[in-house]
Amino acid sequence: MQGSNHLLWIYRVYVGLFFLYLVAPLLAAGAFAFNDSTFPSLPWRGFTLDWFISDTEPKLGLLNDEPLLRGMWNSFYIGMIVAALSVAAGTCNAFLFVRKDFPFKSAFYVLMVVPLVIPGVILGISILVLASMIANFADSQFGLFLTWLRPGVPLIVLGQFSFLTTITSLVIAARLQKFDISLEEAALNLGASRLRVLTTVALPFLFPALFSAFIVAFLVSFENFNTTLMLVGSDAPLTITMYDRMVKVGSTPVLNAVSVVLMVGSGLLALLSVVAQRSPKSD
Amino acid sequence: MSRDAGRLSLILLFAPFALWIGLLIILPQIGIGYISLREKVGINEYEFGFKNYADFAQAAVYRNTLFRTAWISILVTMLALVLGFPISYYIAKIARERSRAALFLMCLIPLWVSDLVRAYGWIVLLRETGVVSTALVSMGVINEPIEMLYNDVTVIIGLVYTVILFMIVPLVSTMQGMDDSLLEAGFNLGGSRLTVFRRIVVPYAMPGIVAGCIIVFMITAGSYLTPVLLGGKNSSWFTEQIYNQFITRYNWEAGATFGVLLLLFTSLVVWLGLRLTGQSLATTVAKDT
Repeated sequence: MQGSNHLLWIYRVYVGLFFLYLVAPLLAAGAFAFNDSTFPSLPWRGFTLDWFISDTEPKLGLLNDEPLLRGMWNSFYIGMIVAALSVAAGTCNAFLFVRKDFPFKSAFYVLMVVPLVIPGVILGISILVLASMIANFADSQFGLFLTWLRPGVPLIVLGQFSFLTTITSLVIAARLQKFDISLEEAALNLGASRLRVLTTVALPFLFPALFSAFIVAFLVSFENFNTTLMLVGSDAPLTITMYDRMVKVGSTPVLNAVSVVLMVGSGLLALLSVVAQRSPKSD
Repeated sequence: MSRDAGRLSLILLFAPFALWIGLLIILPQIGIGYISLREKVGINEYEFGFKNYADFAQAAVYRNTLFRTAWISILVTMLALVLGFPISYYIAKIARERSRAALFLMCLIPLWVSDLVRAYGWIVLLRETGVVSTALVSMGVINEPIEMLYNDVTVIIGLVYTVILFMIVPLVSTMQGMDDSLLEAGFNLGGSRLTVFRRIVVPYAMPGIVAGCIIVFMITAGSYLTPVLLGGKNSSWFTEQIYNQFITRYNWEAGATFGVLLLLFTSLVVWLGLRLTGQSLATTVAKDT
């Protein structure tokens, strides 16, 4: 089997090249955050942390860059709100589809998955359109100014919530399906109330899934661009701020510094969610 | 448990679902459908009809942008499948137990990095003063720096990069379930490598292939950052047109029309894909997320 060995070797080279393709742009985005130059490009002029901590132009570091920091804070609190809401709604959906029987269940299930196959840009504009129609109607009929229906943080939250709920529902439902219903029946027979059973038996069992659904929702929200772009008002989240900077100022190493922070942050969170799902209690 | 309590809890669980799907998915889609059918004839005066769609069909610029987006999205989907399949097979079947988990995790890491960072990485690598160009000049391969951004090849490379993980993940999880004895049986019965691949591996992986293709196609057709940042001014991507109509020109009627068209088009492709392969949305897309 000489030929087979050759083939396997070529195969391995291909796999190696593929992983190089995967990491190359990430390495490039990361490495130049530490280059002592005002452009993120070769030649290498030595290691520096200026792009993170410097407080003077032209090398204003990330920690002193007011708009980027504000963007980060906006992304953070939007992400927390969206993640909390979509985990709550996802838990309800999981119980609905795993535990309950009702007419047209499979059709409703497809409806639940549909948000995942609607392009983000369209989710964004459609929510923008509906919100504006309602706001215009309230204005012309009742003289009400519903500012929260105009582009801004509340609409961003609604837009991201609209498709993240599908993801959280699927993650939580997958775990709930593995739950042994006789545990709940035992608790009920022992005299526990329904609420008590929910909080002491079912929810603790679901906790790993709730936790990792929360992290996934937070990460996707933090990094979302397409839906957010259509709904953004004056409080721009980080991705929008970064994009503006890229288009208006061009690439500067401070964007590489943001990239490093994003990569490290999301890497750690993703790892945390993997660990939570694999904890010994969960299986 | 009494039946009334069961009914009550069903209603309580159904209410958030109905609110979510009704208010944030169905009504907004009806909203853009409605806007796309009206035409502004004066201040707060509208007429209804298909004029916006007729305008679209007559404007070659917009029509071509949709065709171009469709064509590149299909090409990217094919490329992602062809390039990603060997990787998935390697991870699922050839790699040893321990390196399998590591390789799979490595595949997932870029998945968690924002599109923006990935596109930015490609910009740093490929622009005229970028890493690749500078390195080639200093090695003497080329004499002057060359601009590698703002062309179709770069856009396609960037798009494949953005979406290929969504192809690999469902493929790996499908093929991991495949029993090695199936392959051995195929070889023992005298099948060549090609026959075993065509008659055993591909049919087995089909749900993963369909799921991967649908997700990849949807993400590509709906993508915004990668074509705009890597393609520059001549990217002519359809989502960019939607953004321009809505935000830059404030022409909501045209923007909504484009939105409806994009949605119809992507739904059509997804539906065709599911029909041709005999799969359903619930068994493909929902399974792997």
